[in-house]
Amino acid sequence: MTSTRQAPATTQAEAHVQAPAYSYPMPSYLKPRFRVEIEDRRCIRCQCCVEQCSFGALFFDQRRNEVGTVEQNCVACHRCVVFCPTQAISVLRHPVEYRENAHWRPEVIEDITRQAETGGVLLTGMGSDKGWTCYWDKLCLNASQVTNPSIDPLREPMELRTYLGSKPDRVELDPKSGGLRTRLAPQVMVETPILFSAMSYGAVSINVHEALARAAAMTGTLFNTGEGGLHPKLYSYGKNTIVQVASGRFGVHPEYLDVASIIEIKIGQGAKPGIGGHLPGEKVSDDVAFTRMIPSGTDALSPAPQHDIYSIEDLSQLIHALKEATNYTKPVSVKIAAVHNSAAIASGIARAGADIIALDGIRGSTGAAPKIIRDNLGIPIEMAIASADERLRKEGIRQRVSLIAAGGFRNSADVIKAIALGADAVYIGTAALIALGCTECQACYTGRCAWGLTTTDEKLTKRQNPDIAAQRLANLLEGWSHEMKEMLGAMGINALESLRGNRLHLRSVGLTQQEADVLGVLQAGA
Amino acid sequence: MHVEAGRDGNTVEVDAAGLSSRELNLRLRELVTAGATHIKLLNVAGQRYIGSDLDRPVTLEIFGTPGNDLGSFMDGPSIIVHANAQDGCGNTMNGGTIVVHGLAGDITGLSARGGKVFIRDDVGYRAGIHMKQYQERCPVLVIGGTAQDFLGEYMAGGILVVLGLTLGSGHRHRANFVGTGMHGGVIYLRGSVESQQLGKEVGVAELDDQDKALLQGIISEFCGHFCMDPRDMVAGPFIKLYPRYLRPYGPLYAPTHRGAQGQVPRWKVPG
Repeated sequence: MTSTRQAPATTQAEAHVQAPAYSYPMPSYLKPRFRVEIEDRRCIRCQCCVEQCSFGALFFDQRRNEVGTVEQNCVACHRCVVFCPTQAISVLRHPVEYRENAHWRPEVIEDITRQAETGGVLLTGMGSDKGWTCYWDKLCLNASQVTNPSIDPLREPMELRTYLGSKPDRVELDPKSGGLRTRLAPQVMVETPILFSAMSYGAVSINVHEALARAAAMTGTLFNTGEGGLHPKLYSYGKNTIVQVASGRFGVHPEYLDVASIIEIKIGQGAKPGIGGHLPGEKVSDDVAFTRMIPSGTDALSPAPQHDIYSIEDLSQLIHALKEATNYTKPVSVKIAAVHNSAAIASGIARAGADIIALDGIRGSTGAAPKIIRDNLGIPIEMAIASADERLRKEGIRQRVSLIAAGGFRNSADVIKAIALGADAVYIGTAALIALGCTECQACYTGRCAWGLTTTDEKLTKRQNPDIAAQRLANLLEGWSHEMKEMLGAMGINALESLRGNRLHLRSVGLTQQEADVLGVLQAGA
Repeated sequence: MHVEAGRDGNTVEVDAAGLSSRELNLRLRELVTAGATHIKLLNVAGQRYIGSDLDRPVTLEIFGTPGNDLGSFMDGPSIIVHANAQDGCGNTMNGGTIVVHGLAGDITGLSARGGKVFIRDDVGYRAGIHMKQYQERCPVLVIGGTAQDFLGEYMAGGILVVLGLTLGSGHRHRANFVGTGMHGGVIYLRGSVESQQLGKEVGVAELDDQDKALLQGIISEFCGHFCMDPRDMVAGPFIKLYPRYLRPYGPLYAPTHRGAQGQVPRWKVPG
């Protein structure tokens, strides 16, 4: 299927593109998930929907002069619904019902069927849809009433500005000049504590990468390249860039490291803790190959571990190798998935010399991951951030690192609750993609995203206009930032710094004592 | 003061005794910025990251034992080590040359995307993992002796040569899992390995003329560094290990739903 792609010159001429799959052709028992209904009275036969559908769910039937559907291909991305000029299309849940069964849900039956037909690992995209307890929804924020005045952010200045980087254990002042005598570790300032999470070029399209970079520049925050390198045309946004060094080391070279504000070592990701990444060859276009510096059409395989990091000591070595490579001019972050011992691991990372620790919870998203991994490995970010913050405080080293929380942040309230729990900033990924049209259809791994987000197809990529996309992202951050200022004002606080780790501003509802203890919050009314 | 005046214009000697890694590298950065083109490092004892941030053509001659991550992320300098190197030699290297008159430890040449590394004797585990290449950038790792397990694992490009010079007669390479997950690049191995030592993704072939010409050049360069006679080695016997598949793990996953392959079932196609 990719026979036109060239093997690298040094490989044997008979190298095959893909290892053989052991499959026997058989009919599929899978039923469609969605029904696409096109109201005949409204349809003007413009075929816009057919043009927009990148999943092959719609075609135009010349003989009958109507749009035909291949419903098993529909992923409910709503591209056709939005682009139909006469609003003739509805995408509905397919009316085929299974007999009610709380245990053998339709999804379970479909997954077993698909594996019986393919023998493969099931892939999926985006974050877990399994309804893990969302603790943000069980935490209430405080507000000022009578005894301390609330602050009107429209009248008084409010500060969301955040400095990321290691803070000194103590500061010494020069008594003569009054200046700072302590040498500070490099700090990176962001105007709002909301950063764009790591999404690699390859997982997302170049236009999305550009939009993220421009939106970060517009709002004074940072975007993260992910592990697919940084296209040279985006080097000018270096000030607003976090570059990632992951197990594949794709596109990692001195210029890449020099251009960034922060370097992030990616150990793990909330959606797929402990496993590597396999960017399928179909997504490795010429331009992706150029950015990652690998041949086009080959799989971009990221090994599960970084083979130079088998311990905290090894991690320390890579942190300092990166600091040496950039002459100690920029903070080094270490991103891990939130797992059972992440608080202890965070302590190790802080002691290894990292300036920033990013924790990514079980609801974190991905462009492609085995479904079973995404839905079962890791722990919720709320627990991880609270326990890491607590552990670092108890050990007296909280100031040595900034904590970034990631994994399913939906709105400004989630962000502000995370900060009250102890985070310095948050990463948003899914929310950013939704701002650009994503409907959480979870088909990112196919590379056929109809919204031009998670694709490297040139035609689909053009569906994202970087000018418009950057504006949408900037609008989202503006809106959330305003809301955060309102919430801060209501709490009687005028700087985010005063809320950081201030769990007295949180109260829990409906949690067990143990859950509340881990989060370090009191019961509402207590 | 650890720096002695240069004997000629651009050659400088640095006494590394008692210097931390950071102090030594800072000194090197200053010297290179000041225009030094040849630096002799004396009494090196475990200092790490030597050459990492020197992106200019400079020759570093190391006397003593350099520490881990020698030349990591390096882009340009030439490093000659008159002793053994430790772990991570040439880690994620971008360009330049490292010549080690001795052994090197684990993960030699990990993820290198350019430059050349010549190790006179053996290397440790996981050498050449995930080396990769892009167009004219093609890393070369030559191991004079033999290697431990996971040699060339996940290799995505580049050229890895194992000469087996330290093996006694009748002894073979002992590395297991050679080239597991390999999907690019090539390994030229002098001597033999059993098929169970190789990853499933690895093919074995005889060298063709193109391979032989390429290998001859690399061996000549290796022998030039260590004053050896290339004629002893070029004769072989060599085998070539190559990736059987460019996409070894494609079939691991359930095929995506039919639409992802852009196919409309035949019974639905009109006409």
